[in-house]
Amino acid sequence: MTMDTKMSLDQLRQGQKGKVLTVAGYGAIRRRLYDLGLHAGEVVEMVKTAPLKDPLEISFGNGHISIRRSEAALIAVEVLPD
Amino acid sequence: MKPRTEIKIALAGNPNSGKTSIFNGLTGAHQKVANFPGVTVEKRIGHKNYKDYGITIVDLPGTYSLTAYSLDEKVARDFICQEEPDLVVNVIDSGNLERSLYLTMQLIEIGVDFVIDLNMWDEAIEAGVEIDVDRLSQLLGAPVVKTIGNRAQGIESLFETIIALYEGRKSEHRHPMVSYGSQLDDVVSDLTREVHHCKGCRHCANPRWVAIKLLEDDREIKKRYLSNREVSAELSSKLSESIDHLKATTTEDPEIIITEGRYGYVAGIVRKVMTHPSSDRMKMSTSFDNVLTHRIIGYPVFLIIMWLIFQATFKLGQYPMAWIDTGVTILQQWAAATIPPGMMADMIVDGIIGGIGAVIIFLPNIVILFLGIALLEDSGYMARAAFLMDRLMRYIGLHGKSFIPMLMGFGCSVPAIMATRTLESPRDRILTILLLPLMSCSARLPVYILFAGAFFSAYAGNVIFSIYILGVVIAILVAQLFRRTILRADDIPFVMELPPYRMPTAKSVVIHMWDRTKIYLHKMGGVILIASIILWALGYFPQKKEFTRDYDAQIAALSVQDSESAATAIAALERARSVELLEYTAIGRLGQVITPVVEPLGFNWQMGVSLISGFVAKEVVVSSMGVLYQLGEEADDNFEQLSQALRDPERGVTPLVAYAFMVFVLIYTPCIVSVIAIKREIGARWMWFSIFFQLVLAWGMAFIVYQGGRILGLD
Repeated sequence: MTMDTKMSLDQLRQGQKGKVLTVAGYGAIRRRLYDLGLHAGEVVEMVKTAPLKDPLEISFGNGHISIRRSEAALIAVEVLPD
Repeated sequence: MKPRTEIKIALAGNPNSGKTSIFNGLTGAHQKVANFPGVTVEKRIGHKNYKDYGITIVDLPGTYSLTAYSLDEKVARDFICQEEPDLVVNVIDSGNLERSLYLTMQLIEIGVDFVIDLNMWDEAIEAGVEIDVDRLSQLLGAPVVKTIGNRAQGIESLFETIIALYEGRKSEHRHPMVSYGSQLDDVVSDLTREVHHCKGCRHCANPRWVAIKLLEDDREIKKRYLSNREVSAELSSKLSESIDHLKATTTEDPEIIITEGRYGYVAGIVRKVMTHPSSDRMKMSTSFDNVLTHRIIGYPVFLIIMWLIFQATFKLGQYPMAWIDTGVTILQQWAAATIPPGMMADMIVDGIIGGIGAVIIFLPNIVILFLGIALLEDSGYMARAAFLMDRLMRYIGLHGKSFIPMLMGFGCSVPAIMATRTLESPRDRILTILLLPLMSCSARLPVYILFAGAFFSAYAGNVIFSIYILGVVIAILVAQLFRRTILRADDIPFVMELPPYRMPTAKSVVIHMWDRTKIYLHKMGGVILIASIILWALGYFPQKKEFTRDYDAQIAALSVQDSESAATAIAALERARSVELLEYTAIGRLGQVITPVVEPLGFNWQMGVSLISGFVAKEVVVSSMGVLYQLGEEADDNFEQLSQALRDPERGVTPLVAYAFMVFVLIYTPCIVSVIAIKREIGARWMWFSIFFQLVLAWGMAFIVYQGGRILGLD
């Protein structure tokens, strides 16, 4: 069975890691994601979701970022094995 | 002694890089807060004499990048490019080298001289990060200093390095050229030549930087360099040619290729200088977050923290308040005994000391409240609060980030309005600013403490809490109204760093707290003192000379009798005379004019007049109640007396009226200082809208409370 390893960032389970493939979106938001360090090749971990399931806490590089589901959906990742 | 050489430096760095602690370390107490020209982004300026140099230090807003997308970034960048500081100190979180260096790349692009300050060095060591400082310095072409800002370590060597760089002793430093890959590098070089030759281009900026920004489609730079078609026609056509070429040969926007290029370059540097740590420096924070942002206990803990701050503000504040109250009374008695009786004495005792006294008594509350807010900010919990609140804030069409200015609004609307600068969308800023005055600021607290204390003594805390909650509830309803009518828009991107939890240091918390308190004191010293004197004059002039009765004669006649009934009669006569005196004054007349407007709310004319004076600043409501209730010979209007006077049944103020009054004070038009801040932020049109909307809303809500309460038989 082949696993589909490509998904959007918001679909990662808690504790799961993914490698950023592309960042979609537009203008200010995409630029902000890039400026914070979310760019192709970066490895991102889903840390947790806020109590109301949104926003998400993700970690990459050496920091943690809070990001909404709708924005995380713009980021395509390749799921890395645990 | 030879004169000092004056140099100007700027501090640049990411938010949470400890930039403020470095700034405090460099400048000590010699700092002031101003605004960057034309905008209300806070500009901290400090000055320090070091050896032969007088160093002016400007703290730029914390940013991750230097784009034109956010105001903070634009302000930081304009300062570096246009004000031309002699050099920039780039403050870096040593534990987060990679992200920090991304900003450094942009400093290199601009071509400014800079010192790298590897701050929070201790945290990096704890996390097991090893950085080859010499190699880093070599690769960046800049001197590198290690500091621990919150313990003021390394400041001396930072100064030395700044001076050395300025003196050119480190002229061997040459910044590298950031490479974005060969294909783009060629395009950038071509365009740089064109910028260089372009007659329309201004003096200061580095042509290569301009070329990069043009390729990034930076709207500010495009406006500046391409708006004059005649002089920039060639540059313009070269730019579109370059972009067409890039689009034909690559799949991404030039903006993204450039960004990737910067990261690639940074990654190369990091690989060479850093040994990756095995442990996660966020480990400790993550375990805190297991509780603090937990899906079940996160909210209760959040509420408890908020509740604790309020309790501390009210309960702990009581003690210093009592001391201040005593002090003011003693001062008034002393002044009354020292200064020869007459208009001057009245003005000093009642107008100046009375007015100021009624305001500084609340200083303890304000200091504690701001202390709490400073602790939240410095510990890193503020960002978690935004994380927890985002979903709820989005319900009112805002995002979690708006929660921070909103929370600041409980301290003072003015810095809170300024804090909305961190919001990227103008629409979010407008909505946040319109809702902000409903977050009950600390200047309104004196009014609540006075009225709740006088009428709900046992439940004062709960009554005040209910007013705060009411403000939030109204804000939610108003937000729902606005986002469906005048401020419709998509939800705004919410991306925010969750910095590691840090133990706040006493020094930084104190400076933080003192900054905010200073704003309150400035308001008091300037606007409120003037207001107190004007108000006193309005309540003093014109003086009535002819009364309906000859009070003096009647009192003199009664005073020969030595009985209790005579004493009571004298008191009644004196009160009647005072009322006649007051009604004749400018303020009495003003009060009578607006009486019909506030009557349906159950307010007496003194309350009406106080509300008018509250436009100056809300805490003035209390001092003017003090002046207005100051009857007969009682010179010392201390807090307890005012409270008793309020309860006096003859005044017609019942607990229901007091509550309606607090509701009115909560909602109505914010003080003149915040009105001015609103105008600066979002323009005169929204300022007027804010004023009238809140006036109408306040009247309506107070009407519902008072008339509704009467129907329910609560009066």
